[in-house]
Amino acid sequence: MSTPAVAAQPPRETYINTDWSLRSWLLTIDHKRIAWLYLISISGFFVLGGFFALLIRLELLTPAGDLVSPDTYNRLFTQHGVIMIFLFLIPSIPAVLGNFLIPIQIGAIDVAFPKLNLASWYIYSLGGLFIVIALATGGVDTGWTFYTPLSSTYANSQVMWVAVGVFIVGFSSILTGLNFLVTIHTMRHKDMTWGRLPLFVWASYATSLINVLGTPVVAITILLVGVERMFGLAIFDPALGGDPVLFQHLFWFYSHPAVYIMILPAFGVISELMAGFSRKRIFGYNFIAASSVGIAVLGFIVWAHHLFTTGLSVYAATVFSALTMLIAVPTAVKIINWTTTMYQGSVSWDTPMLYALGFLGLFLVGGLTGVMLATLGIDIHVHDTYFVVAHFHYVMVGGAIMGFLGGLHYWWPKMTGRMYPETFSKLSALLVFAGFNLTFFPQFILGYLGMPRRYHAYPEEFQVLNIFSSAGASILGVGYLLPGLYFAYSLVFGEKAGRNPWGTVGLEWQIPSPPPPHNFVEGEEIVVTDAYDYEHDLIRDDLDRRVGPPRDAREVPVG
Amino acid sequence: MGSHASGVLAHHFHSISQQRAAHSLGMWLFMAQEIMFFGGLFTAYVVYRALNPLDFAVASSELDAVLGGVNTLVLIASSVTMALAVKYAQLGKKNMIVLFLIFTFLFASTFLVIKYFEYSAKFEHHTVPGYDFDFHVPADVIQKFELSPERIATMEKRAEVFFSIYFAMTGLHGLHVFIGMCLIIWLIFPAMKNKFNVDYHSPVENFGLYWHFVDLVWIFLFPLLYLLGRNIH
Repeated sequence: MSTPAVAAQPPRETYINTDWSLRSWLLTIDHKRIAWLYLISISGFFVLGGFFALLIRLELLTPAGDLVSPDTYNRLFTQHGVIMIFLFLIPSIPAVLGNFLIPIQIGAIDVAFPKLNLASWYIYSLGGLFIVIALATGGVDTGWTFYTPLSSTYANSQVMWVAVGVFIVGFSSILTGLNFLVTIHTMRHKDMTWGRLPLFVWASYATSLINVLGTPVVAITILLVGVERMFGLAIFDPALGGDPVLFQHLFWFYSHPAVYIMILPAFGVISELMAGFSRKRIFGYNFIAASSVGIAVLGFIVWAHHLFTTGLSVYAATVFSALTMLIAVPTAVKIINWTTTMYQGSVSWDTPMLYALGFLGLFLVGGLTGVMLATLGIDIHVHDTYFVVAHFHYVMVGGAIMGFLGGLHYWWPKMTGRMYPETFSKLSALLVFAGFNLTFFPQFILGYLGMPRRYHAYPEEFQVLNIFSSAGASILGVGYLLPGLYFAYSLVFGEKAGRNPWGTVGLEWQIPSPPPPHNFVEGEEIVVTDAYDYEHDLIRDDLDRRVGPPRDAREVPVG
Repeated sequence: MGSHASGVLAHHFHSISQQRAAHSLGMWLFMAQEIMFFGGLFTAYVVYRALNPLDFAVASSELDAVLGGVNTLVLIASSVTMALAVKYAQLGKKNMIVLFLIFTFLFASTFLVIKYFEYSAKFEHHTVPGYDFDFHVPADVIQKFELSPERIATMEKRAEVFFSIYFAMTGLHGLHVFIGMCLIIWLIFPAMKNKFNVDYHSPVENFGLYWHFVDLVWIFLFPLLYLLGRNIH
């Protein structure tokens, strides 16, 4: 009858409340906290890169170059590219979601090298600092590709600061990749076989391979430009017999695979979302896993398709064209398997799934226009036009960022222990999808009609489509701003999430949200089954016990 | 849990063998990264050599193959002493580890001292790119290949590309040797405190991998830079 003091029970220890001091965050070696350090830094850079995009779209509202000078415009698109690629997209999914999830998904308490993991964040920050210093002292105008001799003999901006920054950030991604590879190889739970790894882990594995094997090549290339600038060594200088095209080969040997560094992790996220929100074992697990590694390997032998117009022999161009088209095969394997996963699944329309479905459509357009660009005749026609700009934004923004946002919405309750407001999140997913298409679809047409990229002025007949594009960009901007607001809101006011708010399968959903400092609750058994095994008795019992039957009323077909 | 208490096993590993496997794989991946890093330079070398074979041969024959050869022997010797240091680390013999680490260190410094003399000679002969570069094609080569004045002029320019590649490759390699020497000093202290034994020796083992890699790079650099085309005269 008398009520005992329930409140006396201390709150459960989580990785967040275990120590609130700033020092404990800045010196943490907990992979979950390091994920937060990255999330905060990349969000900052995303806003900065977005700010440059905003100015670009404002300038392009009118045909005349009336907002900024040509020199300033060169800096705007260069800085937009450098920040979005090196400081946002490349670390986005791997360093945030990968850091948080990989150890948990394989049943480990941390990555193999926790201190190195923290060091990677500091290296990333140092590189970011160099780039920020470059921006503050005049900016850079070579394009994110740093082509010589524009970046060496004729450089007239802060190329060196940015190059050194990119060089340093590169080592951050090499070390993160190395850490993940070793973690996946040596830290798995004893029951977590290679054939049971969640597909996000497989995708991260493939990404890490590229990080470790590709990034050093761009590092040495940038170093060579550096010594050419600083000590006058003659490496790429045509006046002395050096070859600027060699720079392009070396640069794209990394930077094309870097496209897969950005998109492969998103593939991994989408695999998780498709299985999770269809409440069904993923279709073609082996094929999806193998296609990730296949894309990583094939990605290394297609780089010269960026050089079709810069003096590649006809034979080489034909070979690289064919190899590039080959990439479409493993990519199609994924798309078809995701679609088939939804077939006869009990699909629910939660926010993460909206992003996943958006991804499917946008990435399909981005991928197919990639095959068009691999075709020699078309590529010569649309080379360096807005067609290319639209293509890679469909892949990078429509693919990688949709994947990142989908993943962030899916695992946010796990990371914070809180749910975000559903209506707003669905609204933002729709705004992103609509705004994105309005921004970038007109650019396909503009490019096909011949509007070149990287100019601040254009003929009047292109204005209508450019206005569409700028209008879409403002919608897209609102769509990106909203999650920032409601995520922050949810941290304090969000509904408590519980262990498994979605009723999905995976080791991360067996542990409390937010997880305890060492991921798994001491003494609680870790149930490792095949990935997404919704029909497994243990899993069904576990789900029923923890979250009840699927939210969707339809019966899950039991085969 | 006993190993956790002793401080050798980090908190996130559950066994010594798991920890050793992780450290070893990490080092091998780092080596893969290093190979790709140097690989970019080797690619540049191969491309330029293929484009300018005669020019590179002429410039290459200016290098001091005797000093380069001595340095090759010095590095091979250092690899032997390093291999012995690893062996004794696996056996946990403290004094022998320290002894052979010091030998390795001495060979490494010998390499850099010889390299210093080679580099200073380049400054005297004006064959340092971007620093009063002034290369003259030897008279016997002009005669043998009946070079026109225009050809001689381009050859003198291409020589600057060769020496640029030479300094980039040997400079980056020298930097790796220097980093290796710092790491040896960093290893000697725990070795003296008897930290390495049958169960725990991966720092020495992994440094050994690094050191052999640095040695191996030189084994490629020496013939490519010093020996190919010496018969030009």
